[in-house]
This record gives sequence, structure tokens and C-alpha cells, in this order.
Amino acid sequence: MPVYRPPRIASSEITPEDVYLNRRRFMQAAAGAAAGSIALGAAGTARAEPLTAKPSAYKVNEPMTPEKIVTSYNNFYEFGTNKADPVNNSAPFKPRPWTVVVDGLVNKPQTFDIDKMIAEFPVEERVYRMRCVEAWSMVIPWDGIPLAALLDKVEPLGSAKYVAFETIVRPEEMPGQTGLFQPMKWPYVEGLRLDEARHPLTLLAVGLYGQTLKNQNGAPIRLVVPWKYGFKGIKSIVRISLTEHQPPNSWNILQPNEYGFYANVNPEVDHPRWSQATERRLGGGGFFGGSAEQRPTLPFNGYAEEVAGLYAGMDLRKNF
Amino acid sequence: MALPKLSPRGRETSIWLLYALGFIPGLWGFYQGATGQIAGDPVRVFEHLLGLWALRFLCLGLAVTPLRDLAGVNLIAWRRALGLLAFWYVLAHFTVYLTLDRGLQFGTILADIAKRPYITLGMAGLLMLVPLAITSNRWSIRRLGSRWNKLHKLVYPILIVSVLHYALSLKSITAEPVFYIVTATVLLGYRLVRTPLMARRRNRRNQTA
Repeated sequence: MPVYRPPRIASSEITPEDVYLNRRRFMQAAAGAAAGSIALGAAGTARAEPLTAKPSAYKVNEPMTPEKIVTSYNNFYEFGTNKADPVNNSAPFKPRPWTVVVDGLVNKPQTFDIDKMIAEFPVEERVYRMRCVEAWSMVIPWDGIPLAALLDKVEPLGSAKYVAFETIVRPEEMPGQTGLFQPMKWPYVEGLRLDEARHPLTLLAVGLYGQTLKNQNGAPIRLVVPWKYGFKGIKSIVRISLTEHQPPNSWNILQPNEYGFYANVNPEVDHPRWSQATERRLGGGGFFGGSAEQRPTLPFNGYAEEVAGLYAGMDLRKNF
Repeated sequence: MALPKLSPRGRETSIWLLYALGFIPGLWGFYQGATGQIAGDPVRVFEHLLGLWALRFLCLGLAVTPLRDLAGVNLIAWRRALGLLAFWYVLAHFTVYLTLDRGLQFGTILADIAKRPYITLGMAGLLMLVPLAITSNRWSIRRLGSRWNKLHKLVYPILIVSVLHYALSLKSITAEPVFYIVTATVLLGYRLVRTPLMARRRNRRNQTA
């Protein structure tokens, strides 16, 4: 079975340090310009700004899912439960100004402004597989900040064992949060064990395909944990809290026998109602042009080499 | 409410028109999916479209009797077409499941049918529909007599398994499945009260006469 290995990067491909440092200055200038354009009345649009990201070794060597599909086929129930609802209903959502509170069991609780985060933290390009619990998958070039870098800034206490995440509640801009049939309680919440959160693969994405995140993809900042099912990737994050006890996660609250806390991609542990052994890789084109391609699902979504050790000795059937 | 009177020939034409219109959503979906115009997961979208239209035609077919009883609208001439449209959509839905969705991997298909309750229910619905489709012609009605009526009562369990098949296949229950659950409940619930309701109505008519 093929196992994912990060490809070795030629030294020529690594950004020289001075360029890298200049990039920060450039980003600060860009952030200023972005803030200026907001002040001039461009606020509240689903605009995507170009984003400069450092290439990284985490790059899946498989064809990327076309951007149009990544930005038009989404599960983001705050905007509606159909796949096209997020792209159709998210235009009024305002991803700026935006702050993320990081608190809980930390030495230095802080509130981060999104544009300052993008300017001050290393933004890397990561091409990851994304496996939805509904048995479809994509390959997405994310731009993001390793969560570990953010956690280092706030200095977790020794008592911190878990990280809890929370999505914004803004019914006036998110039609899925109003009306008669709301599939779940808001805010959407998710959680990781601290060692999962600190794993180098775990990313706070602020962009994809070299641009800031579009509203339907979880603007302005979302979690990406590529070895877990997509629902762990909580979107439009406003709070990250370090906790001692395992935090709740929305799908587990809704259907505890179907969705666990760990949600590691595992072809051997089926969803109670459907198989997880295979997945459909979405790639554009019609029925006969590759869109129906079934492929075997890999343990930990192909990242077993990097992350299987986190779960040594655990019964993954019980801890699904 | 009365419908405009149609000549036998006009009625025949209108039935064929119903078939023609009825197949449009499926054909259109196939065209769009085959030419890459459905974004995201075209197979899943097309498969669900076929299933949903099957359910819609099933509900429409089962609405004919209550409409005639309660609103005086008699659509009985089109009921067979509605039932057969439902059958063809179910068959197409199943074919897409076998081919485009599961890629004819019969090992996993059989495991699915045996292990996954919503797929088992869907399969049961298809199997029950087959005898109804085969006997949807005048010759069978004449041949089977009162047994034909009895046989076609299978449509009630078919509607139940169809709605369950649909609702259980979803990640969460939203407005759309709730709509079909309520519709099916009303359509089937009406059958429970129909006999006493009709008897009372006959009595009243006899008394006034």
C-alpha cells in the first residue's frame, strides 16, 4: 500500500532567508493596503487577496482538485446544508475585521488580529489530501500557519491537555444559523489533543490556491488536520482555548455513535451507515472524465508514517 | 373543482406528454453530469436527483386517491404513468449506484446491501416495485381481478421504505427530508381514515336521498 512521504525539497526551492524576511515586510505593507481598501468601502465582500506563502515539504504528489470545485462544493452548515449553499449564501459574510482569542490554560492569553497573524507568523503552502466523512476527497493547496507556532506564542501550561476551537455565531450573516430546521447547535465546536494540535501537519489555514480564504471555505481562518475527516476542520474560528479535559465536538454531540472525537481517517472502521473503505476523488470533468474515480482510502489518509505514533496502543475501533 | 373534459384521444396524448415531461429532469441531469457541468461530485448529485424524483412521482401517484376523494379532482387516468415514472427513476437510481457510484464492484455492493440498513431498505423498495411495474397494464388488471388491487397495495410499504432509505442516507435531518416524511405520513395516514370517512359520507348521502 502506498504510504505518504514528504518529498525531499531541492535547496534551490527553499526561499532564501533575506527574501523570506522581506516577505514579512511585504505582507505588513499588504495588510496595511488591505486595511486601507476596507476603509475605502470594500468591506463585506467575499474577496480573496493574494497571499505569499513559503513552499514546504508537505506536498502530496497527486493532481490538485481544481480551485472551482474546492470553492463551490463545501460542507459549511452555517450557510446551509447543501453543498452549493456555502458559495451561494456566504457573500454577505464579513471576514474582516477579525480577531481570534487564544486563552484557557496558557501563560499569555492573547487576542490576535487576523492580518497581523498573517504578517507575523510563517505562512506556508501545504498540499494536503482532504477526506470527507461522506467518502469523497480532494487535494488542496492550503496556505497556513502551523498551529504549533501559535501555541508557542501563548505558552500552554503544563496542565493543558487539549485544544478547543469555536466558530463564530453571526445569524445575520449566516443563514444556516437562523430558521426552523437548524441541523445543530451553534457555535460549531471542535477539539484536538494537545499533541495532535502541536503536530507539524496541523495547520491554521488562512488561504488556498495562493489567495486568502473565501467565505465558503471558512474565511478568514480555519483548521486543517489532514489525517482526520474533514469535519474536524472547523471554520471561521474566533476562539482557541487550552483545556484540561477533552472538549466537545459538534458532530459527536449530534450523533455520538457515528462521529467520534478522534475522527482519524480509517478505511477499516466504517461509518455505521456507510463504508469508509474507498473514496471518490473529486477532480472535475463529467461522469466519464474521471469524476467517478473510486480509490482505496488510506489509513490516516496517507499520513500514517507521520501520525500513527500518536495513537500507539489505542483501540482505534473504540476511539473512532 | 373540475378538470377540463378531454376526449379519449386527448387523454392519451396528455399521458404521453406526462411521460415526456417526467423524464426531462433525469435526462437533463445525465446530460449535465456527462458533460462536466455539475460541480463537485456529479455522480452523487445525479444519483440523488434520480432518487428524489422517484420519491416525488411515488408521492404524486399516492396523492391521486385523496385528491379525488377530498377535492373532487380525478387524475386516475395519469396514475399509471406516475407509478411507472417512479419505477423508471428507481431503476435508473439503482443503475447509477451499481455503475458510476460503485463501479460494478459486486463484492462491496453485496456487502452494502446486506450490511447498510438504508441500502437494504432501498433494495427492498426496488424489489417490491418490480411486480407492480410488470402488472401495470390492462391485461394484468383483467387477468388478476381483485388480486391486482391487493398486489398494488405494496405501494404503501414501498413509500415507507423509500422515505426511510432517503432519510437514513443523510448526515443530518434537514427541511427537505422532513417535507417527505410529513408528506408520506399524510398520504399513508389518509389510507387509515379513508374507509370510515367514505362510509360516513355514503351514509350521509343516503340519508339526504
